[in-house]
Parts: sequence; structure tokens; C-alpha cells
Amino acid sequence: MKAEKTVRPDPRLHYLTPLRQTPFHARTSAANRLNSWGPWGGYTTVLEFEDLAMEHSAIRNSATVYDLCPMVKYRVSGPGAADYLNRLTVRNAAKLPVGAVHYTIWCDDAGKIIDDGTVFRLAGDDFRICCQERHLPWLLDSAIGFDVRVREETEDVAALSLQGPCSYAVLKAAGFDVAALKPFRMVTFPFDGGELMVSRTGFTGDLGYELWTTPDHALPLWDRLFEAGAPWGIRPIGTQALDIARTEAGFIITNLDFVPSHQAVREDRVRSPFEMALDWMIDWDKGHFTGRRALLEERAKGSQWAFVGLDIEGNVSAEQSIIYHDKKHEVGQITAACWSPTVKRNIALAYVKRPYHAGKSGNLWVEVYAMRELQYAKLMLRAEVCERPFFNPARRRATPPGMF
Amino acid sequence: MIYDAVIIGAGHNGLVSACYLARAGLKVMVVEKNDWIGGAAVSRELYPGFTYSNCSYVSSLFRPEIMRDLELPRHGLQILPYEGGALFTEGGDYLGMFRNHEANRREIERHSPRDAEAYDRYARDVLRHCRFIRPMLLRTAADPASFRPRDIAELAWMGKQMFGLSEMAMYDMIRFWTMSIADFLDEYFENPAVKAYQAVASIIGTALGPMSPGTAYVLLHHAMGDVDGNVGAWGFSRGGMGSITKALSASLKAAGGEIRTGSGVERILVRNGRATGVVLENGDEVLGRRVVSNMDVKRTFLKHVEEAELPASFVKRVRNFKIRGSSGKLNIALDRAPRFTALPEGSPCMKGDMHFTDSIEKMELAYDDWKAGHYSRDPFQDMMIPTMIDPTMTPPGKHFMSCFIQYAPPKIEGNDWTDADRDAFADTVLNQIEAHAPGFKDSVLHYEVRTPRELEREVGLTEGNIFQGELTFDQLLFNRPVPGYAQYRSPIKDLWICGSSTHPGGGVMGAPGRNAAAEILRDIKTPKKDMSDAYAVL
Repeated sequence: MKAEKTVRPDPRLHYLTPLRQTPFHARTSAANRLNSWGPWGGYTTVLEFEDLAMEHSAIRNSATVYDLCPMVKYRVSGPGAADYLNRLTVRNAAKLPVGAVHYTIWCDDAGKIIDDGTVFRLAGDDFRICCQERHLPWLLDSAIGFDVRVREETEDVAALSLQGPCSYAVLKAAGFDVAALKPFRMVTFPFDGGELMVSRTGFTGDLGYELWTTPDHALPLWDRLFEAGAPWGIRPIGTQALDIARTEAGFIITNLDFVPSHQAVREDRVRSPFEMALDWMIDWDKGHFTGRRALLEERAKGSQWAFVGLDIEGNVSAEQSIIYHDKKHEVGQITAACWSPTVKRNIALAYVKRPYHAGKSGNLWVEVYAMRELQYAKLMLRAEVCERPFFNPARRRATPPGMF
Repeated sequence: MIYDAVIIGAGHNGLVSACYLARAGLKVMVVEKNDWIGGAAVSRELYPGFTYSNCSYVSSLFRPEIMRDLELPRHGLQILPYEGGALFTEGGDYLGMFRNHEANRREIERHSPRDAEAYDRYARDVLRHCRFIRPMLLRTAADPASFRPRDIAELAWMGKQMFGLSEMAMYDMIRFWTMSIADFLDEYFENPAVKAYQAVASIIGTALGPMSPGTAYVLLHHAMGDVDGNVGAWGFSRGGMGSITKALSASLKAAGGEIRTGSGVERILVRNGRATGVVLENGDEVLGRRVVSNMDVKRTFLKHVEEAELPASFVKRVRNFKIRGSSGKLNIALDRAPRFTALPEGSPCMKGDMHFTDSIEKMELAYDDWKAGHYSRDPFQDMMIPTMIDPTMTPPGKHFMSCFIQYAPPKIEGNDWTDADRDAFADTVLNQIEAHAPGFKDSVLHYEVRTPRELEREVGLTEGNIFQGELTFDQLLFNRPVPGYAQYRSPIKDLWICGSSTHPGGGVMGAPGRNAAAEILRDIKTPKKDMSDAYAVL
């Protein structure tokens, strides 16, 4: 069966439907019992299909499907592709084997983060960048002097994220045996007259895979997964359930946990890799990359901000709360928070001024306005800096993966 | 009867000044040469049942602090945001502007995928410049040569704004304030239509081409306003631009101020170096403890004050003040809405600004005609049909079309405009629209043409310059209108200026009028009443 493709006869009429539908829209809309939609990257996407708690619990219990199509995709190809990515991003793209993926960031000349994303090495001189924001002018400007072609290909790719402890079992039942596939590796299968690429990646901190094909095979892929996954109770999840899972996993989202340097109107809102706890990925020895000089200087001089995980007393979630030292001085703000059903802790991600992330982290408090029947209960809750991820099960890395 | 203040001209700035002074308890009289009020923010019925916005035609810059201070909404002011916009391109297509971010991105993508992704950074950078300048609009510019404590304090404040910027932002700021819009846009975009659309706001009202240095700032001048916090957005004043001055007039009367129409000022009375009132064209004298001129700086000092009363260097500087006319206007009553072949049926792009010049190069060519002393043969238009949104200006189904046209010189090859010139100028405009909307000319019921000649004669704008003086860096802040007199004062005691010739300049902004009132009240040690500081930029 081929995907039914709606072709608007007049390309000028895009404004009648300003939000695009993903190639999975026929299925996601049928399953969206709450009719709960939100915009993401120019697409209309599901926030909650039918029950947030059930969707989140499925991520940690069985197998879930999330529509990834709005992630922005760029294709970087040509003899200079690896050198180009080495100059663009902070990690060493030349060391990335064909068939592997890595998580990386790219910075501006001032060493401030433009975006994070995953880089897939599809072939020796063929890469895909998958990220949250749009950067074509920056990517093209960065290509000056490199024998490389950069192309935006978001609409050419249909992608689903299959996550949860049973995701391997579901894939196997669907005919894709990925027993040998290690984390951050990918493999390609023939599918539906086309191809399906499976990467062992995800945004839940659990066992999981991301499945990549072309839009004409999107609906057959969805159908195959749900048919094969029925015995494991496979279910679609919306962005709200994923957001809890990613917070448990300690993952950040551009524009939620930091403002990308190309969008920050206020100059002080930008963050460096040190300030987002991403400096571990910088390859200082690979040669020059954009932002390197500024980052070397920052490494020597120190940074202003730190990004931390917080464990907060009680069970009232602390979204967007201001963080105080000694209940008096503002020292930071929470960017993501939830009561974690998985680890049974009240967790948060936050930026704090240094040295309140470490040396002076002993006396931190968050101010929470808890709305209870149209009345705020104002709380000052003790917060402790703690290790991220909050949830990091062994099944996430086991190869071959478990069947449950 | 001696008034506390006699205000010359019932334009928006004159009325804003008058309102604040009246609220502070001053006895105020506004004198107006026309039989109607409004200056360049005026709505008149020139064809039965059709209200025009005869001069200015859109609103964004008018400071919300002033609207609120003077209770203008209570006196009938309503601002209606635009819904779209379009730039028609050669070959029958168009580049639309949409309020929805995604629709706008996809529209640019239709013309250039690269530019679609460049737009956000461009908008971010323009917004950064807006945030820098907005707090300065409702403040009197410091005099850098003065050692008065208030000037030193104000300079320190400006310095703080500047040094609050990073090194890179400071470089960008200086470049932006001095560069051409063409160069600025080249740093972001590749598509000619995308660039032309953005360049629109950088040449409106300006006797410069998009390749002239200084035009990037003019873009900012048009982007720093807002409609209800939506910075850069523009809207229509419900009932036409005259509704703004009507509301001001009602607010003034409620505060006890008076307006007298029908006779202009012949001469400003100066006795012993002090202004003491005005003599009207009809011979009446209106006496006041001070005179506040809403006329432009040239008209005020070169036409209505004896030169002998003024320092020679001041006169010379006023004479040299650049106030070159560059634009004209067609106001058209339409029997039906035009049908633009490029636009899909029912397009929201009709509910905003429309343009027919699809490249910077064509805009520059239009400017070349101006330099040669002729109106542009292929003019640049900022055209809109307010009645697409405003139901009050025409009978249902009929429309009012406002065409702002550039370039139009104050003189045609050195000679005064003739009626034949004016009609030929109008034909150029009508034919340009007809080419994109066949049948348009048949729907024209009536039109009013305003060349710089009419703008000067009827509105009193010297050379027809809509900003009462060009908005180039040499004529801004403490240099507007002339160095040493940027604080709404003049060499003649008790003669004040409050029009767009003063900081922060032109557009229906009201800030010069408000700032002048603040200076007058400071001068007579009278507490300001109902005058808010600029809203904080968070």
C-alpha cells in the first residue's frame, strides 16, 4: 500500500494550512482521541493521544511510537564532508565510523551554542544532521572553502521513534532483527519496496530505536509496527509524555533549556558548551573548529553558568521556578521539571550561576507557585544538585537487548 | 486674553503637546490654518461617503504611552493591525507577508529556501536595534557640549545603553546606523524580491535610494513601533488617520484646551527677544506667554520669524537642514475591490501593504529619476486598501485605496509642478496598478493627487517632506534639527518647537510633541501631569 499523498494544486495556498502535516498524519490523527495538537517546527503534532500517564508509563514498560518528522534534517555530502563537519561541530566527525551516529553541538565564533543534534554517517562522504532549529544560511556560509554540498531534506524523510524496553522485541516481530545493533549504530533493511534505516538512538534514556524511511513508506511502517507490537501493547505517545521521559533522562531541548545563539535577542541569554555541561564532547585536538578560540579562553578563565540536575523536596513539580541561594539571592532558573513516575523523585533541569552548581550548592531553594483550586500556594522548597541522568537503566545499553 | 501657550498647527504633535500642557494646568490655544484639524494625520471626505487618509495612512509609531496618558481610546481611537502584505513580482507572481510565522516562512521558502531560514536571524537583529533605540524616543536628547548636570546625566544614561552592549553588538550598531539598506540586506538574503520587500521601509519619506548610506536606519525608524506590543507591526487607525487627531482634539477639549481653525499664522510676535504670541493671516493677534510651533523648523524660523531676531549661524544651519521632498500620494475612491491577478482569491495579503517594485535595483533606478529632477517613471509604491479591514470609511463593497509614491521631487527639472505634471504623475501610478490588476482604472470613482507641491501648500510640509526633515544620522538625536537646539528650544526665548523636525523625528509618533511639553513644563517648574515615562524594555 502506498501512502496517499495530498498534493495542493496551487503552491501559493500554503497559508490556508500554515502548519504542515507529517507523513504519519493519517494515523496520528486517527489515534488522537483527545484531539490535542501543538505546533512543532512548522508541523502540527500530537501533544497527548489519550492519557498522559499511560503514554509515559508505556515508555518505561512496553513500546511506544513517537512521530519525529518535524526534526530538521540537513544532508551534507561530498569529499569534504567530514572536514566540513569537523570545522562546524565540536566533536570529531572524522572519527565517526560509517553506520554510526553521534550527538554533537555547533557553536558560533564566540563559542556560544547554535544548536545540538545528531550526526549520522551514512557513507564515507555522506552525512545527515538532525536537529531542532533551522540553520541553512549558517551551514551554507560555513561551507565556503569546502568541497561539500549542503541540502535541507526535512520533508524527504519520514521518521518514527520506537522506544521502550520491548522495542527490540517489537522490531524483531516486525521482521527487523537488530540483536547485534549497538547504541549509536545503524543498519538498513529493505522495506515496502524501499529502505528502512534503523538507528539505536532515542530521546527517552531507555532502550529504543529511531526508524528512518521516505514519506511514501511512512504509513506502511506505522502499520507494520502496530501490527507486530500489539502483543506488547505498543501505543503512540505525544510530546508531553516524551517530555517527562527526556527530563528523567536528563536530555536538553533547544529553546526550552537554552536559547540558541542565533535566536537570542538578549545577548546575555546565550550559553557555551561549558555552561550546558556539554564540554565533554569537545575534541580539542582535532584542529580548528568554529568557536574553538573563544572556548579555549573560557576554559582558562571560567564560565558564568552551569547546567545541573536538581532533586527537589516534596512532590510539587517546579516548572520555570526561580532558584535562590539561602532563600534570598536569585542564582538561577529551572528549565524543565516533573515529578518522575519512574524514579519517584521530584526532579528538574536548571541553569545556575557558578559556583552555586558545586562549591556553594549547599543552600539552594526553589520558589514554587502551586495552583490549587484557583489559589496559589507559595512554597520555598529545598533543592539539591544531583547527578544526571536521573534514570539510566542497564537495558538501555545491553547488546543484544532484552526481550522485555 | 493671554494664553499660557499658543500652539501653531493642529497636527498630531501640536495636539499632543497641547494636551499635556492643558492637563498640567496651562491655558492652551491651538491655531490651525486649515478649516480642519489634523495636519498630516487627517481624514477628509473628498467624495461623498468616502473617508480618506489624505496624508499619513498607517499607524505603528504612535507611542502607546501617549495613547494611554491622553485617554485616546476613550475619545474614539482604535488601531487595527494589518493582516498581510504583498510585493508583486515581474512575471505574475508575488511575495506575500503573513502574520503566521510558518505561513510567512513557507512563503519566503517558495522564493528562496535559504532566505526562509535567514529571516529569523534578520528579524532578531532588527529587533535588537529596536530595543536599543526605543527607550530614547520619549527622552530629550542630551546636549553633548553642555555641562549642565541633566545633560551629563543623560549622556551617562546613553553611555550605559551603549556599554551594556557586547563588543560585537557595538560594531553592529555603528555599522547599522550608517550603512545602506542594500548592504545590510545583502548580509542576510539572496532573493531580490525578499530584499526589495524589506527595503520598502528604508526609503519611505526619504530622499535617498536603497543604496545610499544611512538608509538602514530609516528601516529601523519604521520598525521600532508596535501594535499592542507586536514590535514592527503596523495597523490602520479606524476611521482613517484623522481619527488620531480627532481623539487628540477631544482629549484636549476635555482638558480645557482650545482650537481655532481657518487662519494660519502670519508671523510669530517677538518682543525683546521673547515670543509673545502670533499674528494670524486674518490680522487677529493671539497672545501667549510662550509659542510652540508644530511647523517644521524651516517654516517656523525662515518664514514666520524675522531673521534679524535669530543668530546668523542658526539661520544658516536651518537653511541647510535637509528636508527634501521625495514622495507623493494618490488617494483613490474605488467602486469595487481591485483584482490582483497574482493573488489567490480572498488572499489576506490584500489586507496590508502592497508593492510593485521587485528589486533593490529598480528602487534605485526610481531614485535616479528623482536625482535628475523628475518623478520616477517606474515608481515605488506603498499601497494599501484600509477598507479591506476598516468598515467605517466607505459604503459596503466600496473601497478607499491609499498610494504612497516615491520618488517625487519638490520641483520638476527645476520648475514648479504644473497641473499637467501632476496629472501625468497620477497616470504613472494608476497605470502601474492597472498592470497588476486589470480593470482597476474602470473602478476609480475619484482620486486626489498630492505632489510635494500640494503637500507643502495644503499641509505646510516644506518641500513636501513627510518627516519634517530627513532621518539621516547627521540630523538625529542631539543634532535634530540643528546642533545646540535639540531640546525643543530655539534662540528666541519662549519660542519652542514640537514637530517632527525635532527628536525623535517623523512619522505619526507623537513623541516630539510629548517631549516638547515635558521640556516646557520643566522650564516653568510645573509638575508633569499624566505623563508616563517610556514603557520598560524587558
